[in-house]
Amino acid sequence: MTTVAPRKREYGKGSLTVATWIIAILFVFPLLWMILTAFKQEADAYTDPPKLFFTPTFEQLGNVLSGGFLPYLSNSAFVTILSTALVLLFGVPAAYALSLAPVKGTSNALGFFLSTKMLPIVAAIIPLYVISQNTELLDTVWALVILYTSMNLPLAIWMMRSFFLEVPHEMIEAGRIDGANLPTLLRKIIMPVVAPGIAATALICVIFSWTEFFYAVNLTAARAGTVPVFLVGFITSEGLYWAQLSAAALLASLPVMIVGWIAQNHLVRGLSMGAVK
Amino acid sequence: MSTLSVSTPTSQTHAKVEEKRGLSTAAKRRLPLLPALIFVIAVTQLPFLLTVFYSFQSWNLVRPGSRHFVGLDNYIDVFSDTTFLVALLNTVLLTVVCVFVALLLGLGLAILLDRKFLGRGVVRTLLITPFLILPAAGALLWKTTMFDPTYGLLHFVFGTDTDWLSEFPLASVMAQIVWQWTPFMMLLILAGLQSQAKDVLEAANVDGAGRWRTFVSITLPHLSRFLQLATLLGAIYIVNSFDAIFLMTQGGPGTASTNLPYYIYQRAFEGFDVGQSSAMGVIVVILTMIVATFALRLMFRTFSVSGGIK
Repeated sequence: MTTVAPRKREYGKGSLTVATWIIAILFVFPLLWMILTAFKQEADAYTDPPKLFFTPTFEQLGNVLSGGFLPYLSNSAFVTILSTALVLLFGVPAAYALSLAPVKGTSNALGFFLSTKMLPIVAAIIPLYVISQNTELLDTVWALVILYTSMNLPLAIWMMRSFFLEVPHEMIEAGRIDGANLPTLLRKIIMPVVAPGIAATALICVIFSWTEFFYAVNLTAARAGTVPVFLVGFITSEGLYWAQLSAAALLASLPVMIVGWIAQNHLVRGLSMGAVK
Repeated sequence: MSTLSVSTPTSQTHAKVEEKRGLSTAAKRRLPLLPALIFVIAVTQLPFLLTVFYSFQSWNLVRPGSRHFVGLDNYIDVFSDTTFLVALLNTVLLTVVCVFVALLLGLGLAILLDRKFLGRGVVRTLLITPFLILPAAGALLWKTTMFDPTYGLLHFVFGTDTDWLSEFPLASVMAQIVWQWTPFMMLLILAGLQSQAKDVLEAANVDGAGRWRTFVSITLPHLSRFLQLATLLGAIYIVNSFDAIFLMTQGGPGTASTNLPYYIYQRAFEGFDVGQSSAMGVIVVILTMIVATFALRLMFRTFSVSGGIK
């Protein structure tokens, strides 16, 4: 009994593990296929039946990089970095005010921030277009910087607040009794606890800014297009350049994929605005 | 504080100082919040007010000088516009189906991942990656390599020449959105599963409850908060779906896969009809507000459990 039962269970576990692996690979297969296709020649990219084995080439990746991708990449990098910096600049003090030094109407303020995430962005796109046209911000990276900051700020405040709430109250009290002033408290007690949370928040803002499509497509054109806008260019080719499209999609997604893998343990908490620990 | 104890003022000035100090403390405490609050109000609320203002005007960008007030005409037009109603229906369908299917798949994957096995970290990383690639890239990828009637993988698997995007446009878009959002649901539910107290599960095991019974009576109730949250957040994002429709079907064929974000975009940026698209925007906001009121109430219950609102 003692010898058979565990073995059977182990066997069962083993097949479940194999099943999990198979399901996972099937699920991400479109993605794996994209990565494979990115290293194909165009002729190998669309064949019937699809080609699994081929001579890999870096030609497509090279073509994308030399084919006008870089300005989009630099626009994306600029908008993402600047808007994330602004989110932290506005968001850290706000999260502090809503957690460790709660003001009157804290829950109203939190509710307000949350409600902005629920309003459909399409309903504001026309005025935003008109405003940016009149202020000559249309097709500039600045319009996107402002909009992405406002898009990520509510989420970031919720998320960072949940990290601030984790600072042990006794530690702050003890620090106060020892005569530490606010800057010292922040530097010595609060920041060490919340710094990883702030970093995770920043990474999530980076993901959202990098992948944002709606504002970018409608408010930019030739000059300020971001990486997702670059991909739209492939829609006219009606799928004729699959290998190059795959290479572009891979290059465009790579920064976010890396950031996401780094932040995966914090991803849930950030995306749930701190509701899940 | 130290200055007060040193100067030892008379009781009258003391009170005054206290009052002043109280006021300035409140202001000081509010100060860190203000930049964020003002910024968000300016960038998100003012455009909405302008949308309302535009919605009472007849204003087409391609006809300069045509701008004038028309009262509620735009709203009357919107409600008698069958495309708007189709788009509304598609939006509801898309959101409900995608959230539900992604939630179910996410639950299944989360259960598979909620145990120790060889390469668990790798599998988890693999599974979250569809959520991390650019939605625009995901949409184009599905359009070409999955749905293409001649060279697509679905053609290869099923051996039919089905042109998925024109024969099943909405379902095709849904498939891509579900694929992209399942990892998010999985992550949230996995967090829920892992926060479950192990001793309760062991006790159930000792009491002779089978796996299914344990799942239904203990795990599901524990997960309900996480499932609600996943539904809510998924719905917030999926209701605004634009990338997949814009890149895969352009809302077509006809209006078969047009949702509200895409239709408003079309009226505004292809029809240049500011007045009418604004009226649609206002209607969408009102509808969202009705749904969101319930959602927010639910959400606040969810949030006050963890961390809490102090």
